[in-house]
Amino acid sequence: MSEIDLTITIGSLKLKNPVLLASGTVGYGNEISEFTDLNKIGGIVTKSISLKPRKGNPPQRIVETPSGMLNAIGLANVGVETFIKEKIPFLEKLNATIICNIAASTLEEYIECVRILNNENSITAFEINVSCPNVKDGGLIFGNDVLWVGKITESVRKETSKPIIVKLSPNVPKISEFALVVKKEGGDAVSAINTLVGTAFDIYTRKPKIKNVTGGLSGPAIKPIALAKVLEIKRTVDIPIIGIGGIMNWKDAIEFMIVGASAIQVGTANFINPNVSNEIVDGLKEYCKSQNIQNISSLVGSYVI
Amino acid sequence: MIIEKCIVQSIEKVKSNIFLLKVLSPNISTKGKAGQFCNIKVSENDFPLLRRPFSIHYIENESIYFLFDVHGEGTNLLSQKKIGDIVDIIGPLGNGFNINEDFETAVLVAGGIGVAPFPLLTKSMVNKSIITFYGARNSEYIYDKNLLNINYSTDDGSIGLKGNVIDLLKINLKNLDKQKIKIFGCGPSPMLKALQIFANENNIKCELALESVMACGFGICQGCPIETVDNNYKLICKDGPVFDAKEIIL
Ligand SMILES: Cc1cc2nc3c(=O)[nH]c(=O)nc-3n(C[C@H](O)[C@H](O)[C@H](O)COP(=O)(O)OP(=O)(O)OC[C@H]3O[C@@H](n4cnc5c(N)ncnc54)[C@H](O)[C@@H]3O)c2cc1C
Ligand SMILES: Cc1cc2nc3c(=O)[nH]c(=O)nc-3n(C[C@H](O)[C@H](O)[C@H](O)COP(=O)(O)O)c2cc1C
Ligand code: FES
Repeated sequence: MSEIDLTITIGSLKLKNPVLLASGTVGYGNEISEFTDLNKIGGIVTKSISLKPRKGNPPQRIVETPSGMLNAIGLANVGVETFIKEKIPFLEKLNATIICNIAASTLEEYIECVRILNNENSITAFEINVSCPNVKDGGLIFGNDVLWVGKITESVRKETSKPIIVKLSPNVPKISEFALVVKKEGGDAVSAINTLVGTAFDIYTRKPKIKNVTGGLSGPAIKPIALAKVLEIKRTVDIPIIGIGGIMNWKDAIEFMIVGASAIQVGTANFINPNVSNEIVDGLKEYCKSQNIQNISSLVGSYVI
Repeated sequence: MIIEKCIVQSIEKVKSNIFLLKVLSPNISTKGKAGQFCNIKVSENDFPLLRRPFSIHYIENESIYFLFDVHGEGTNLLSQKKIGDIVDIIGPLGNGFNINEDFETAVLVAGGIGVAPFPLLTKSMVNKSIITFYGARNSEYIYDKNLLNINYSTDDGSIGLKGNVIDLLKINLKNLDKQKIKIFGCGPSPMLKALQIFANENNIKCELALESVMACGFGICQGCPIETVDNNYKLICKDGPVFDAKEIIL
């Protein structure tokens, strides 16, 4: 058999393989590069960037839960200006696809961020994090309101011809409605899922274990939910999906591709095994070999129900 | 920073609830410095999910020692390792103690299991004099191998001064020239806070080794912030765990 083809195409976005690193779980790439070969994976999604630097939430920001963790980092990041000056030079040197994740508190801020970052040649695509509070509208989460997700997609679309991926919140009754509006407003793909809202309390002090009271649940505990969300989108909307949620190894990655993900992102697993993404790439290749699969893209949505 | 599969060479209960783990680590052992830590995967499955951080207790030849207290499920599992088991370790992480500063006497202040990084620190400082102040609940919680010039305090007075380690320190420091010493502290946060106040008020050089819940241990999750005096956050895992007492707000 000839060399197995691991490449994936998502609209105009070409990936050398389906394995991406999830936003917020690899910083801006430099620390994790000591453990793993970033040139070997499909791409890196950088930590959510906002227009101005954000200090983030006070500690305690994280707590472990059964097969998962809650985080309330509060989108701590260096801001667009420092990102360009100090983080892009490292990312530029890599032979890796860089997807820039953007977070904002107003519609205008999303637009401004994309406008500025669009000039950076090293950024191949944008991932829009809509799981942020809308400060002008009572702090409700943008991503939980289908109208806002539509408006954001439409507005950033006007600012760039680079691929736009909208990262969907799972904390909604029907995620496929959100995927549909992204498609209608010209988004190239959706990624699913961001973290699920959760909390944990200390039974002796009766206080929340994280200062923010609630946080985002991630890790293997959320995988079944994430798979169901990806499947729901796949069955209702014709848009490429990037699957995220609890992927710990190549088997999990394959499972996501079968239910409909064109590519996958590895998040929490990086904290435990910072080389896991490279191991997943190897595992995908081996799986394809053993199953006589020539093009990995043929797996996408290949479920038998 | 290296990921290394290490063989357990020995594991023993050295005191009530305190275990000493020795692993063969040809790579991390050559790089580790006093005050740095390692992040250990205590199980082979997803429970518990996250690694557990432990100070480098001692390094000898190609072996690293960890001294730990059984606290919850993670440390319980670690205490059950057997000789020959493989443990997956990331290290060395963070920045260690700065021993190159100008001082003559190192004053080590340990609270409970906070003693863990001090044997390696003691070994690292060949040309300084060292005094150790070690406070614990009672004598059953004291493990004092590879330390020098130890003064003890215990809550119940079962050994040394009955009281806390900061009181012990205050009594004994009177005879020393404060300009020529440097304090190194590690222990529970109330102790570190009291030590910070004492050192800063007396203008004594002081470094504190901090703890925080951690997800990654090497700077990518932003889960371990500590507030600094200039109203910013630093990361305990990457910018610390050792900080100058003048730099941080406890
Ligand atoms: C830099 C550093 C060095 C450390 N060195 C040592 C050492 O040498 N010896 C030792 O006995 N202990 C040390 N600790 C504390 C040790 O990491 C915790 O006791 C351990 O993580 C508890 O895990 P558990 O599953 O037994 O407890 P659980 O309470 O069940 O753990 C639940 C979660 O909280 C975290 N957690 C609980 N207590 C602590 C703590 N004090 N610090 C950080 N995370 C905590 C755990 O990692 C886990 O994610 C160190 C901590 C840090 C940050
Ligand atoms: C500590 C932490 C920080 C995160 N920060 C971001 C972020 O800044 N932007 C974002 O879009 N998602 C963020 N996420 C969500 C992840 O990208 C991912 O969607 C989620 O963790 C589920 O995947 P996992 O189970 O593989 O971790 C973060 C997750 C974690 C655990
Ligand atoms: S533990 Fe992840 S940044 Fe410190």
